[in-house]
Amino acid sequence: MVPLSWYLIFSAALFSIGLFGVLSRRNAVAILLGVELMLNSVNVNLAAFWRYGDVADIAGQVFAVIVFAVAAAEVSVGLALVISVYRRRNTVIADDLDMMKW
Amino acid sequence: MTGEQIIFLVVALFTLGSGLMVVTTRNLVHAALWLIATLFGVAVVFALLHASFLAVVQVVVYIGAIAILFIFAVMLTRKELRDQGPQLNKNWWFGALLSVIMFGGLFALFRGWSGLSKTAAALPSDFDTVTALGNALVSPDAYVLPFEVASVLLVAALVGAVYVAFNRK
Repeated sequence: MVPLSWYLIFSAALFSIGLFGVLSRRNAVAILLGVELMLNSVNVNLAAFWRYGDVADIAGQVFAVIVFAVAAAEVSVGLALVISVYRRRNTVIADDLDMMKW
Repeated sequence: MTGEQIIFLVVALFTLGSGLMVVTTRNLVHAALWLIATLFGVAVVFALLHASFLAVVQVVVYIGAIAILFIFAVMLTRKELRDQGPQLNKNWWFGALLSVIMFGGLFALFRGWSGLSKTAAALPSDFDTVTALGNALVSPDAYVLPFEVASVLLVAALVGAVYVAFNRK
């Protein structure tokens, strides 16, 4: 049987990888890829705590399903924004989008 | 070491390796394909946790919809994707440092927690996870309200995405 700690360390590592992608990538689409990794690691955590806690209490899985819906919404809006910005400014490099910075 | 532990280790190493490829590879189409590999690994982890519905939704929604959406977006913004210039910004070492600190902090937090070596009780033989989850999602005294809010959020987000990306010419 796999102990709970393995799942938690796995999801912490996946979350850190996603965090590195969000902080370090220049391309806006790649930043969204990092966000996807972070959301996935959270879902692993929710499912693991459901499994290792009271199985009859299904709240962990319900929360994970809602995270799926929110992730789909986030990705569709985020990519639409990236495409819209690309049409107007002809760039997807996050560093170049500094109109509102002073 | 039992068979389940070996399967978990193989899947976890595969998933973390492809996750690293997602954030480091230069070609964004390859990054999206590595993301598919990572999502598939996470789906296998859900299957190991006996969360069968989540495993299926992971494959159908994440791999079937979100990853394909990423590939579309990469191709629609193709011009910037030639391998020109660095793919990481000039503060990437700070991001790497922060991620390592994040992982180290979480690991230290785990070390001091007593519930960590807990093993799961076997699932009751008459317990149907998918039925329980479906009942919980539509039952008025469980989670029907968050479920409906999530549906409204999804509709609003998709209408907004179409509006934002629509080409007015």
